[in-house]
Amino acid sequence: MEYAKLKLSEEKVFKDPVHRYVHVRDRVIWDLIGTKEFQRLRRIRQLGTTYLTFHGAEHSRFSHSLGVYEIVRRITDDVFKDRVNWNGKDRLLSLCAALLHDLGHGPFSHSFEKVFGMDHEEFTRQIILGETEVNEVLRRVGRNFPKKVAEVIAKTSENKLVVSLISSQLDADRMDYLLRDAYYTGVSYGHFDIERLLRVMRPHEDQAVFKYSGMHAVEDYILSRYQMYWQVYFHPVTRSAEVILTKILHRAKTLYDARYPFKHGPSHFQSLFEDRLSLRDYLKLDEHVMLYYIEVWQEEDDPVLRDLCARFVNRNLFKYIEFDPAKEFKVHSRLEKLFAEAGIDPNYYLVIDSSSDLPYDFYRPGEEGERLPINLLMRNGDLKELSRESDIVDAISGKRRTDHKLYFPLDLIEDETTHGEKKREIAALLKLPRSSEI
Amino acid sequence: MLEDHVKIMGALAISGEIVGRKKLQKMIYIAKKLSFPFQEKFEFHFYGPYSEELTLKVEELTNLGFVNEVKEKKGGYVQYRYTVTDEGREFLEMYEPDLSGLDACLAEMNGQNARFLELVSTVMYFDMLPKEEVKEKIFTLKAKQRYTEEEINEAYDYIEKLKKIASPVQQA
Repeated sequence: MEYAKLKLSEEKVFKDPVHRYVHVRDRVIWDLIGTKEFQRLRRIRQLGTTYLTFHGAEHSRFSHSLGVYEIVRRITDDVFKDRVNWNGKDRLLSLCAALLHDLGHGPFSHSFEKVFGMDHEEFTRQIILGETEVNEVLRRVGRNFPKKVAEVIAKTSENKLVVSLISSQLDADRMDYLLRDAYYTGVSYGHFDIERLLRVMRPHEDQAVFKYSGMHAVEDYILSRYQMYWQVYFHPVTRSAEVILTKILHRAKTLYDARYPFKHGPSHFQSLFEDRLSLRDYLKLDEHVMLYYIEVWQEEDDPVLRDLCARFVNRNLFKYIEFDPAKEFKVHSRLEKLFAEAGIDPNYYLVIDSSSDLPYDFYRPGEEGERLPINLLMRNGDLKELSRESDIVDAISGKRRTDHKLYFPLDLIEDETTHGEKKREIAALLKLPRSSEI
Repeated sequence: MLEDHVKIMGALAISGEIVGRKKLQKMIYIAKKLSFPFQEKFEFHFYGPYSEELTLKVEELTNLGFVNEVKEKKGGYVQYRYTVTDEGREFLEMYEPDLSGLDACLAEMNGQNARFLELVSTVMYFDMLPKEEVKEKIFTLKAKQRYTEEEINEAYDYIEKLKKIASPVQQA
């Protein structure tokens, strides 16, 4: 029998706290889950450093990937099955793309990508198309099948409907991560009625749309997303941990370039530091490896690397204040100078971090825009863009909220055993309360 | 401070004025592909490579008063013009970005229309594919733009031209 159509003799299920069960019947999916590249996702947290703020957030990209697969499985096997505009032949392509969409994520992706200019999507492409177990499984389906899967994930496939299931303003990826992240962080926002959303979802030419009768479920999803971004994803403490992690990577790279004699040489990062990272080396990087180095680098002689690693391990994070770059850039410049004079390297200990989110936006005819809207399917068969019908969504459409914070090590500034005068000046500029006022 | 924002402002300052969001996106993408140090991540959208991060940073710079965005109606079409404000220039003087060699490339691209830059950036996005496959991609993914084979060839020639303009600096 053709491999693409092979079914397991008995359905396999994964117990899952979000979807209750993840069902697997296709041999291809089962084989993909068993590959070493997919198993690696067990060792990469879905939310990076968020576990230092919300202690429950230890869930992995493995569980999220299974979740996205399960949502797409429900769509293809139930919601879309036998409907006009849906081609059943796209089922396996959709399932594989859903399962593998995050395959190229590295450890603490956000920090790594920022420091080394890496792109996890490029690694997803390389894993799917390169000499890997995943590629071997996909090739058994068809010679061109790996390419088709990679194109759906990269959004360069001509099959826009399948792309929209995994990547749009209301897709299986976002549905799963909002519910999953809400569950594991323990927050009360982030929940929405996924059963209802799936029931009103319909295939329509080049994107999935939602029946008008389900508009309130869509509204609920948009608001959940808005709240999750500001309450969880952009939490200032999580950002502080990320700032420190980013600076650890910067410091390690700077020391490596300067031929610093590491007690614990960064062998896993060598090719990365030398800008010749191969796929094989990349796949060896995961959060276990990263955390091992952060642990042992606490013993290094370099005071900056040692200190930053100890901060991360012991959660002695940077403090922060609100910061307006437009009004205060001269203050920042002065602070940089004072930090240097006080013996606190501003390149590592004075950091501006910005977060910004757009809850929902859409392309209006006649305007330049690149965001495909969420469309409602009206009773007469017409499509209407969501914010035209929903007052709640209209109120937040296109409205971006940005937040700038300035991070610094409060303990070093408060330690006046050296450079007391400079540190008092720093404290005054940062408008820190005197210790007697805390 | 805000190093990545500073680079975008630097590119705008060098260009004098950039007309159109699409054009701005494509100019920065092409510059990044030519190895100029822009960090924004680009994905493939319906006008070709597009960076949400770039959109965000330009909006932030506008909100900070460092970049001026003028929205103007042109027939049935809305267009945006971008320039650096006096406050932005003052900020740039303090945090001068290293964009040496970029001026000639930007000047060259700023003289082209957004439609052509969309094609050039799309060709560059698929630079891992052989030319015939790139053509096929453009004909299927950008059918509405009705690019001709001749235009695609022009885009390839243009990329070579840009590489030559950029190369003395990139090799230095």
